[in-house]
Amino acid sequence: MFRIVKRQDMSSRYSTLLRIGSIFAALIFTALIIILLGYNPLQVYAKIVEGSLFSKFRITQTIHKMIPLITLSLGCAVAFKMKFWNIGAEGQFYLGALGATYIALNYGSLPPYILLPIMFVAGFICGALWALIAALLRTAFGASETLVTLMLNYIATNIIMYLQYGPWKDPEARGFAKIARFSPNAWLPTIFGVQSGWIITLILVVLIYFMFAKTRLGYQIQVIGENTQTASYAGMNVNKILIIAVILSGGICGIAGMMQASGVEHSLTYELSAGLGFTAVITAWLARLDPLNIVIVSTLFSVLLQGGTYIQTALQVPSSIAGIIQGVILFFVLASDFFVNYKIIRVKKETPDAAVSFDEGK
Amino acid sequence: MQKYDIELINISKSFGIVKANSEISLSIAPGEIHALLGENGSGKSTLMNILSGIYTPDEGIIKLDGSEVKFNSPSDSIAAGIGMVHQHFKLVDVMSATENILIGLPGGLFIKPKKATREIQAVADKYGLKIDLSKKVYEMSVSEKQTVEIMKVLYRGARILILDEPTAVLTPQEIVSLFGILRNMKASGCSIIIITHKLNEVMEISDRVTVLHKGRSIKTLVTSETDMTELTTLMVGKPISLEIKRTDAAAELIKPLLEVSDLTVLNADKREVLDNMSFTLSSGEILGVAGIAGSGQKELCETIAGLQRAASGDIIYKGQSIIKMNPRDIIKKGITMSFIPEDRLGMGLVGGMSVIDNVILKKVQMQKGIIVDRKAGKKAAERMIERFGINTPSTHTIVRKLSGGNIQKVLLGREIEMNPELLITAYPVRGLDIGASYNIYDILNEQKSKGVGILFIGEDLDVLLGLCDRIMVIHSGKNMGIVDAKSTTKEKLGLMMLGQRPDDMAS
Repeated sequence: MFRIVKRQDMSSRYSTLLRIGSIFAALIFTALIIILLGYNPLQVYAKIVEGSLFSKFRITQTIHKMIPLITLSLGCAVAFKMKFWNIGAEGQFYLGALGATYIALNYGSLPPYILLPIMFVAGFICGALWALIAALLRTAFGASETLVTLMLNYIATNIIMYLQYGPWKDPEARGFAKIARFSPNAWLPTIFGVQSGWIITLILVVLIYFMFAKTRLGYQIQVIGENTQTASYAGMNVNKILIIAVILSGGICGIAGMMQASGVEHSLTYELSAGLGFTAVITAWLARLDPLNIVIVSTLFSVLLQGGTYIQTALQVPSSIAGIIQGVILFFVLASDFFVNYKIIRVKKETPDAAVSFDEGK
Repeated sequence: MQKYDIELINISKSFGIVKANSEISLSIAPGEIHALLGENGSGKSTLMNILSGIYTPDEGIIKLDGSEVKFNSPSDSIAAGIGMVHQHFKLVDVMSATENILIGLPGGLFIKPKKATREIQAVADKYGLKIDLSKKVYEMSVSEKQTVEIMKVLYRGARILILDEPTAVLTPQEIVSLFGILRNMKASGCSIIIITHKLNEVMEISDRVTVLHKGRSIKTLVTSETDMTELTTLMVGKPISLEIKRTDAAAELIKPLLEVSDLTVLNADKREVLDNMSFTLSSGEILGVAGIAGSGQKELCETIAGLQRAASGDIIYKGQSIIKMNPRDIIKKGITMSFIPEDRLGMGLVGGMSVIDNVILKKVQMQKGIIVDRKAGKKAAERMIERFGINTPSTHTIVRKLSGGNIQKVLLGREIEMNPELLITAYPVRGLDIGASYNIYDILNEQKSKGVGILFIGEDLDVLLGLCDRIMVIHSGKNMGIVDAKSTTKEKLGLMMLGQRPDDMAS
């Protein structure tokens, strides 16, 4: 017979080790699945690493996933810290890209140093407004932000699809339904061979870290996330802070969309995000909403994503294996939380009147 | 009838590095009422949870009728005839007493209500419990709910009854009737263990008393051969005076501070939780508020503090109406009002944040600039730890990890450091040990003599009588009258708590 006992003494070192251990356990578990599918897991894992890191081009591709993923995770983390479950990063990403694209298509002749900042601001504002819908519905009617932000994702993708097949369809594309390429003025320049969005992303990481560690707003967001009763007791305007934080969250996701459209795709399609807005919910959570951890976790996930597409061509293994690994890692890390708080001990079942001394009983 | 005799021998239980029980021994004679006396954190609840099968001991032996037993789950313990009535009732509100008593019993798919009711009634009659079995729990008073809990245990055949702080929520009259029931049960052969930290109750009801201190059993005494002074000394570990000093503020400090008139507050169901309540509070005065739990204490505090909206009436603070203000407005107006709510981690503190972050909670709202000033916060936290003797590993420790008394001191300390003119405290010593409680009374008296007006929501009538200048008694949200603490009695307060007005009583 086993008993579950609550732990009282958990060092942070142990819990970190436990989390790293759970990722390894997830890899071992996935290896079993890969064997069942008839492939060699070691070879698959090796190819994932090879396919994401072993050439300049592949590294660039991986970084092109890292930039939006880190940015989107940061956006999610800002809202999650307040226990505002914004799972609408995907939609806010597309709206940000939409805002930037509108500027790029209509004012493409402006010089880059004017055009790009305007696109940046447009991306932020559109992403923020999209998230604001959920915040206002929540503060005014108590509507669940989880549902609202989720549904807004589908609306957002379909708006892009409509634009792509309708009003924004490029007449010069000979019948192809695609939005026109931006003029080079609207391209984010490349630095060290990679689109310069990485600089913006790193600045955001530092800013968000600083916000939570040092600023009043960051402090207030954390108090509200912990306990709204205490927050209003202390004289905080809970709804106002909530709305500011959601604007920030959606705006950051919008910036991710702007950077992807302007820096990588040089256009807008309804597949621009490749689902990263949903992956970001997972990475933000796995990183425990800590900006520095977000960089680490997002890097790992970008390697998986990029390597996943590579194994498809190199080994004819379905790229969905990478998806399985992601899912299994999430499950294992979440499950490891249980062992942070509890431990399982073995006890021998004894009949009530069997007099066993306690030394043997242990 | 079989006579039970329990022995706990050298019981030890650790939670991590904390030794909750170390080598505790305790024996219960048949038909005795045994009091378990000790401060919070002395290991009483842990020991009883071991006896009722919720925890398993690390070391030690439990003997029942001389032979050793092992309880791996509460059902083992119930089967052995041990039943525990917890401090917090575990009843289903929408069900009747009978249904609550039958829940969880093994048996067939269908219950036979008539037969069960007859059996339950027989048990109730045997022990002299008065109980309306068809009444729904939500219609019951606290004391009726407690009776149902006791019935639940007795109906399952318990011969050894453990009561965890049973009098904490009762009025003096209800306590008298509970003790009557306990004596009946004793007379019919039950053994009773009563956990308490109220000395007068130990003296009144128990045959023997075991004192626990810091996880160890200090001594078992025959109640009639000891006195309250000896018990206190054993319980606290050092001699301590049980008298609450009443200080007086200088006459020139006493001025009108707060005036509440015809205050009515509705709950979500539009029912009056405060009903036309009026009273005044002066600076340099402690006004006590007595009443059965849930009579409107929480709503009264929160409405004054601006956290709940009033339906009608007015609250005047130094000549200025604050009825429409929220906490933010109150802080902005420069009104220094401190509110120490009853559920400290639910409101007032942020459990998952450090001591420093909790100390700066209110200052952050008033400071300028975007950077949180944690340096000043650290200094304030260190000063507070020093002044109030807060026991914490560091100023960075997460507040939830501190003990109840220290959590309370963090809250009280923060509020007092702000030099309030009005202090509202709800059950400020709940969960605190005796030493810490007297510490808090001293702090309140010190504030009073500095001219602070204090609204003291209390539950222990002895404390209310000793500490306060005047006592307002509330019942179902109504003010039953304000009495002078120096001249009133506990019995009178008890009757007022049950809804009688002082003018209706024959004096």
